[in-house]
Amino acid sequence: MTHATRLRNRRLVNAAMLSATGVCTVVIVGVLLFILGYLFVIGARNLNYAFFTELPKPVGELGGGMANAIVGSGKILALATLIGVPVGFLSGVYLSEYGSRGFAFTVRYTVDLLNGVPSIVIGIFAYTLIVLRYHHFSTLAGGVALGIMMVPIAVRSTEEFLHAVPQSLREGALALGAPKWRMLATVVIPAAKQGIITGIMLDVARVAGETAPLLFTSLSNRFWSPGLGQPSASLPVMIYTYALSPYDDWHRQAWAAGFVLLMLILTVNVGARLILARSRFGGGR
Amino acid sequence: MTLPMEAQERTPSVPPKASMPPTPTAPGASAARSAVPAPDLADETLPGEPLVAPQAAVPVELFGPGVEEKMRIAGLNFYYGKAQALYDISLRIPAKHVTAFIGPSGCGKSTFLRTLDRMYETVKNTRVEGEVLLDGQNIFGLDVTSLRRRVGMVFQKSNPFPKSIFDNVAYGLRVNGGLSRSQVAEHVERSLVRSALWDEVKHKLHQSAYGLSGGQQQRLCIARALAVDPEVLLLDEPCSALDPIATAKIEELLLTLADSCTIVIVTHNMQQAARVSDYTGFFLLGRLVEFDRTEKIFQNPAKKETEDYVTGRFG
Repeated sequence: MTHATRLRNRRLVNAAMLSATGVCTVVIVGVLLFILGYLFVIGARNLNYAFFTELPKPVGELGGGMANAIVGSGKILALATLIGVPVGFLSGVYLSEYGSRGFAFTVRYTVDLLNGVPSIVIGIFAYTLIVLRYHHFSTLAGGVALGIMMVPIAVRSTEEFLHAVPQSLREGALALGAPKWRMLATVVIPAAKQGIITGIMLDVARVAGETAPLLFTSLSNRFWSPGLGQPSASLPVMIYTYALSPYDDWHRQAWAAGFVLLMLILTVNVGARLILARSRFGGGR
Repeated sequence: MTLPMEAQERTPSVPPKASMPPTPTAPGASAARSAVPAPDLADETLPGEPLVAPQAAVPVELFGPGVEEKMRIAGLNFYYGKAQALYDISLRIPAKHVTAFIGPSGCGKSTFLRTLDRMYETVKNTRVEGEVLLDGQNIFGLDVTSLRRRVGMVFQKSNPFPKSIFDNVAYGLRVNGGLSRSQVAEHVERSLVRSALWDEVKHKLHQSAYGLSGGQQQRLCIARALAVDPEVLLLDEPCSALDPIATAKIEELLLTLADSCTIVIVTHNMQQAARVSDYTGFFLLGRLVEFDRTEKIFQNPAKKETEDYVTGRFG
């Protein structure tokens, strides 16, 4: 092969590969933008004030809203955070700062495995643990299911952000005679604080859209669900039920619910990334 | 350029305060006790740890009359895993003087410094053999936090906490506890004055320490270490990242601090060792080649390797 043909071939291969990567990127981003745009347009069109303030109307009546589902989702997520974050955060601290090599490896591996467990399996676990014991679906069971789902990400993000704190800060604190726990509590964790909070916010956003575990645990409710012991409506399950229903009005409300959920997740996501971008140890107070 | 002259004034002979007879009120120990360390040594040794006899690597008369011993290192070996980093180091560190350690990169001088406050323990798989005595007490038998309150450390790269200037200096005080708010504030001010930083920061004590220049940050780290009144201050190449003006300020500071505190400094910079120290040790390949008065090391070293190094023939 002459030099010229080889050069030509190389250019051809380059052009082919470059267009392949480009086309794939455009296709995937295009699909994503299409879904978001569609949801945005149709969802926003069907959104009204009543959606946020009213309970669902009985079957056959038009109108009504999903106030109970919005509050229900909020309660379930708050409970999940209360359960998942302390466990995840403390395990992350242990893994990053105390874990001996062999045991830490096992824990880390288990956590990654838990992260890969299908959400429906976690739903069944919470069902067995709580729903079967109390004989009815409840907010509590939903919170436990989502809380378990939050643990892996909380562990790994805490661990990673603690790892990112420079060793020199730890040594600086130890050199002043601080015991290890004090060094962690007063220097290392505050230095990683913004990163850890960001990780937890993204974690909440991730489980906010989970539907499968809630079908087994909080189920749904057409009315308010006081306390933690009653079945509770939630946005993802409402979307599921309403989208599969035969009523046009319900379909429109499902779109609106999808839009609200998306906005919620987007807000948390963007907020988290803003916090992270602003931190990076620069703004120590 | 008055600095080298000051250093010269200090180095040739024993400073006046040191010619006074040793007083039993000296912090922590009496001279008599450290002069006969053997019985103490036996008391302090952990059970099962072999007793290493202090070796006469340093002639007793080296310190001159009345210069007290602050730390004694005997038969110190250090290992990173299986790799040995220090070989049989024995020497005595005089109280309230500046002791410098020089040597090429990787010679073990930083490792040596990090054994003196047991900071090496943050690195996994490290092991120490031998004795390090602080006022006659074996430091391996002491509680590590109380040891580090007595033996402070300043690092190569300044490492202020992501907190305000005030909170940085107050950190060690708060860890120790037992002080009222106003006492903490007093100590903070005194430490900043001692580290010659007060005038530059007094109007912005509650701003982030990260807003300070590199040299100011390093002096802040010194102030932070001084706030808890350490008996010994270890400095690991404290000026390696600083410009000559900031370096001069820190050197000046060290000379003043030596009146109240035992200073041990590791440095790459031989001129710095010559300027600030009273005693100098030369490390090479994990061994302490020579330890003597600074002027002797630089003008008339006993060992060929030392001479080659200080005259710039290698390293």
